[in-house]
This record gives sequence, C-alpha cells and structure tokens, in this order.
Amino acid sequence: MSTAALMAMQEGLQSCDTCGLLSRPAVGDEEPRCPRCDEELAFRKHDSIQRTWAFLIGAAVCYIPANVLPVLTTTTASGADSDTILQGVVLLWSPTGWPLSLIVLVASIMIPSAKILALGYLLITTQNGSIKNNGQRVRLYRMVEFIGRWSMVDVFVDTFTAALIQLQPLMSVEPGPGLLFFAAVVVLTMLAVESFDPRLIWDSAIPKEVQYA
Amino acid sequence: MYNQPLADPALIACQHCDLLQRLPDLAPGASARCPRCNKELWRRREDSLNRTLALTIAAALLYIIANSVPMLGLTIVGRNASTTVIGGARHLWDNNQVLVGVLVLFTAVVAPALQIGFMLAIVLGVHLKRTPRWVGTLLRHHPTTRTWSMIEVMMLGVLVALIKIADYATVIPGVALFVLWTLVFVLAAIQANFDPRLVWARVQWAESAPPADASSEHIAEGTS
Repeated sequence: MSTAALMAMQEGLQSCDTCGLLSRPAVGDEEPRCPRCDEELAFRKHDSIQRTWAFLIGAAVCYIPANVLPVLTTTTASGADSDTILQGVVLLWSPTGWPLSLIVLVASIMIPSAKILALGYLLITTQNGSIKNNGQRVRLYRMVEFIGRWSMVDVFVDTFTAALIQLQPLMSVEPGPGLLFFAAVVVLTMLAVESFDPRLIWDSAIPKEVQYA
Repeated sequence: MYNQPLADPALIACQHCDLLQRLPDLAPGASARCPRCNKELWRRREDSLNRTLALTIAAALLYIIANSVPMLGLTIVGRNASTTVIGGARHLWDNNQVLVGVLVLFTAVVAPALQIGFMLAIVLGVHLKRTPRWVGTLLRHHPTTRTWSMIEVMMLGVLVALIKIADYATVIPGVALFVLWTLVFVLAAIQANFDPRLVWARVQWAESAPPADASSEHIAEGTS
C-alpha cells in the first residue's frame, strides 16, 4: 500500500459478495451479473440503509412485548405461574445456578439490546457521512454479526423445557406469547445485520463525484 | 448481462471496505487480511477438499443418528418423558406456537441438513473430473444455510434446560445429546478446513466462455 487507498467502486469495478470475483459491468441498462457464479451484482447492497432500518425498527418494536409478556407458563397442582425472560433469569439465580442465570441474562437481554443499539449507531453514523473510527465501526459490525445467533439460546431453553415437562396433572410447562416476539427480535436483528453493507462506512471518505449509484 | 472479468484473478476488493488489492500467494495454513479494515480475505487450508470430505461424511452420519434417537429424558415419581430435537419443535407447533415451532425446526433440523448436504455435494462434485455447474449454485447458497444452522446455540440452550429441570426431576441424557455435541465440533472442523476459493477456481463459469483473453485492465498502481 504505497499510494492512496483505492476502492473498487472508484474504478467502476464490482465485487461479487458470493464468490469474490471482481468484474467490470458491461455498458447498458441490463442487470449486471457475476460471470462466474451468476449472482446479481451491485456496487453496494440495494437499499441497504432503508432495509436495515426497517428490520431494526421491527426488532425494536418486538423487543418490548418480548420482555413484558411471559415466555413460559408453569402449571402445578397449586396453580399456574407465568414468567417473563427477566423473571426466568432471577429464578435461575442461586448459589449453584448463577452461571446459567448469567448465560440467559447475557444471551437474552444484553445481546439483543446491544445489537439494536449497535446497529442504530452504525446506521446513524453512516447516514451522517462520518469518517471517524471507521476501523472500529467495521469491527463493531463484525462483532454484531458473530454474536447475534447466540440470542436464540432462550428460544431453545424454553422449547425443550416445555417439551419435556409434560407431567399432567403434576406439573406442565407451556411456552408463552412472549416467546414469539423474542424469536422475532432475534430473526429481525439477524436480517438487519445481513442487509447492512459495511462498505458504506468507508464511502464517506471518497469524493462525491466518483461515487456510483 | 454478464460483467467482464479482469485479466488478473488475484485482484480483489475487500468485502467489508471495498479496498482494491492483490491477494498474495499463500502457504498452506497462512492467511491474508485486508490492510485497511483487517477482514480476513483468504486462509489457505492444507489438503482442504479431502479433509472436508471426510469430516462432512462424519457430520452426515452423526446428523442422522442425532435425529433418530431421544436427546433428553426425565423421570419424576415413577413417570418418564423424553424428547427428540424434532419433538421439541413439534410440541411448540401443537401448542399454538406454530411460528416459533417452524423457526426451531428450521434452525435446528432443516438448516443443518442443508448445510451438511450442500457441503457433501460440493466436495463430491469437486472430486469429479470436470466440476459441474451445480457445485457453484450450491456453494452460492451454502453461507445462508450456515447462518441459520444453530446446532451449537441449541446445545447451549439444552444444557441450560437440562440443569434447570434437574431441580425437579432426574434427567436422563439421551444418546443424541452426546452425538450432537460431537456434531458441533465436527461442523466447526469443516468450517476450519474448507476453502471456498479453491472450489470457485474449479467451478464452470455461468458465462459460457471463461475469460481466456479478457482485455487487460491496468489499475495496479494503487494496489501493489
């Protein structure tokens, strides 16, 4: 890297997200395609910012019922008892059970909220054309991408707890309405991560006249 | 309309910052990173295709066993209950949680099956004399199956559920539990040994004529 960093877009080259091939679009209006793997090509993901916002707002809306509504209802001889995610964390907290409680707390409460905040931060700074902390912002994106799937833990905990504890009339556990919203938060944030194009972080640094649509 | 490939196949753009650069030749086991954003661009694996094939066959067998035997059971005051992975999804389906049931089925059963199946077809296809087109198609969709295949996340969830239930009842770990834990490590090993660049280099191009005489592009001054 002796001279200034040059982006493929500035040279009019498109990089294939799927197979990594770099190619030059032919002149004309037709949809550019990768000659190797047949993927549709674009300089940047289509409507990346808008799509990411849409998924993110959807996730933020679902986040509220996901935490307010119960995810598990336990029915015993003495009556029914519904727990939200946070109540589940508190219930698990004991001298021996605290590591589990911590896993659920991190995976179900901290990761989803951190993901929503981090994506919001990435979107706002990208839209404002920030050229600061690019390296840190792309690292944040990679962290969100890597860690997101682990929020699904609670969905699996509740699934298998409910599937196993079916000992009517002694004790039975059923999934509650909060579980659907919680699963929606996980799926929507994962889709938001996939829609975001980290290359946009770096685009603000290049002069407007060489940017392509 | 197909794009025009470049004359120099080593010329690439970083997928995370679009920096134009030339991939160096790597020794097996070595990796190249983007100098601007530190994204790993390529890691060359040793004996990648043979190892991936062996591991994928192992994964396919483990997967079949894991989904045909019980994963968790319990006894409480003389009563028994047990469940498989599919049984967990089915219980949600039967209890007005259709969407979550579908999600669990997809991430724990369907996506892993596609992930393993695609990979098996890809490495077998590459071992043929002439790599067919469909290898490229499968390789194109393989990353999606990997994103949504969450066996390792499920196993953490099962572990939490298991310890939670142990408070009320005697938990009986099923055979599938151990098989699935092994599968988690085998899937990670596949990921650590598979080199998609190697397969892309062999795949037949979507555009009928490969770029034997692609017009040379000179943009090297900023990248070498």
